[in-house]
Amino acid sequence: MGQVVKLDKAAMEKAAKDKAAAAHAAAANDSIIAPPPVRRRKLAWTPARIGVYGFLIVAALFFLLPLYVMLITSVKPMEEIRLGTLFALPVKATLEPWLQAWSSACTGLECNGIRSGFWNSVAIVVPSTILSIGIGAVNGYALSFWRPRGAGLLFAILMMGAFIPVQVMVYPLVRVLASVNLFSSLPGIVLIHTIFGMPVMTLLFRNYYAALPMELFKAARIDGGGFWRIFLQLMLPMSTPVIVVAVIMQVTGIWNDFLLGLVFAGSEHLPMTVQLNNIINTTTGERLYNVNMAATILTSLVPLALYFVSGRWFVRGIASGAVKG
Amino acid sequence: MAKKRQSVSIAAYIAIIPMALTVLLAYLGTMLWTARVSVSSSRTFPASDFVGASQYIRLFNNERWLLSLQNVAVYGVLFIAACLIIGFLLAVFIDQKVMAEGALRTIFLYPYAMSFVATGLIWQWILNPELGIQEVLHQMGFTNAKFDWIVDQDMAIYTIVIATVWQASGLVMALMLSGLRGVDEELWKAARIDGIPRWRVYVSIVLPMLGASVSTAFVLLFVMVVKVFDSVVAMTQGGPGTASEVPAKFIMDYLFGRANIGLASAASIVLLSTVLAIVAPLYFVRNRRAAKGA
Repeated sequence: MGQVVKLDKAAMEKAAKDKAAAAHAAAANDSIIAPPPVRRRKLAWTPARIGVYGFLIVAALFFLLPLYVMLITSVKPMEEIRLGTLFALPVKATLEPWLQAWSSACTGLECNGIRSGFWNSVAIVVPSTILSIGIGAVNGYALSFWRPRGAGLLFAILMMGAFIPVQVMVYPLVRVLASVNLFSSLPGIVLIHTIFGMPVMTLLFRNYYAALPMELFKAARIDGGGFWRIFLQLMLPMSTPVIVVAVIMQVTGIWNDFLLGLVFAGSEHLPMTVQLNNIINTTTGERLYNVNMAATILTSLVPLALYFVSGRWFVRGIASGAVKG
Repeated sequence: MAKKRQSVSIAAYIAIIPMALTVLLAYLGTMLWTARVSVSSSRTFPASDFVGASQYIRLFNNERWLLSLQNVAVYGVLFIAACLIIGFLLAVFIDQKVMAEGALRTIFLYPYAMSFVATGLIWQWILNPELGIQEVLHQMGFTNAKFDWIVDQDMAIYTIVIATVWQASGLVMALMLSGLRGVDEELWKAARIDGIPRWRVYVSIVLPMLGASVSTAFVLLFVMVVKVFDSVVAMTQGGPGTASEVPAKFIMDYLFGRANIGLASAASIVLLSTVLAIVAPLYFVRNRRAAKGA
């Protein structure tokens, strides 16, 4: 008897693994924006084609322009910037503004650069991402397979919650957090990001698990798997594609957050975006545009790097988040 | 066996406690609390009296609030229209089997990976009236060229449109492109046989077929409009004066700067009602359509 069960389980696990591999491969292939199926015919250079490329090139220049301006401004000395030649390449390029932005630019009275903001953001993003994905995965799993009574209604309200403007929730949340001494603290801001990330994360995992075959789950149940065991040993190992998308969405979203960090993080843990805004918009005296632009690039570096590395996965995240709106 | 099943379902109930708490306390609870405070005379601290709609009346007599509503309406219409048009055009042009498609998509979408704060700060610099584009135009010989919108009371809100359209139209492109890739190849063949010009097919046949992508994009952009805060704070701080004030910023100022939580709560309930009034029907229609198995 025991032998049979064991065999069964081995077979089931194998099936599950195959399925996961298939899902993974499918995920990699059927990327949301797959190139069109083969219809490669040589296209002639008609005026229409030239028009198409003309439009695309002009558009590409418009989209690249701010990046270009930001980069060249950040390596120009102030004397060159004062000439007012916004688009000109630097004559004497210097990395001094980058060093200044990183370690000695001033926010108000303190002149420690943006590096503390960088580390604050890291300290906020890492636990917030892990926690929000963990809870989202458990929610999605419970909603797709166990369907506890009332969970469907909770989920529906949670989805509506995704549309509630933050302003409605901010002040009461401040008071709740203050009453348990979590306001202006690292655990507090992590909790806040988990709460605000929950609708999308839950939806993402629910949709992913809902697409898995129910038989898989039933087989695991017959084998005596409990709630957590099935989750940890069967579902999580199959969730790599959706976890990748979730990580990209959460890291980008939380890193780029401004409002929540401003209100909830407290002056000790201000994220990089808030410090960046402070450096640029609250300085007195001459504005060091090169330092400002270097600081802006530094702040955008993490999400941009993630975007350029992840490519299509990023787009998948948009499409899945889009369902919620 | 029965016992086991019971214990298992308890685990499932325990597992959704965080979700239940979040929904009940963080979403429903805060909403009710804010609704309650909006009908009290609260200023620095929440009061428990009942003053009817007087906060709402004060709100709609507040010049700054009315200005912020007007701004967000102008901003919203322009931002959504521009993003949809530019995004659709980019998607259609990319869909013409062009070279370097991947590179172009990457270029059009990268601003979306950047924060609104960074976006606002970059454009603040480009539009700088002394050293930005205006100065470049002057040096090119257009000495009368005027492009100082960012410090112009009447034009400041449009600079925020420019910056955020740059940031978000790639998103629309990505959504539309995935819609376009779902269009049946047969359609193009049929159109070619009938001799219908490509642009006609796009406008009259393909665009209506992209309804789902368009409504998704619309909802996403609409939520961005209601939330618009970061980019305004970064770019103009709501100025010059209060010329580019928006509701989200108005509320934050009255909550934390001016300590008038009664008025701010009334304003956020107005904001919430607007969102629900516009998003809920769309959401409903789409769910109905999905349920029908379309």
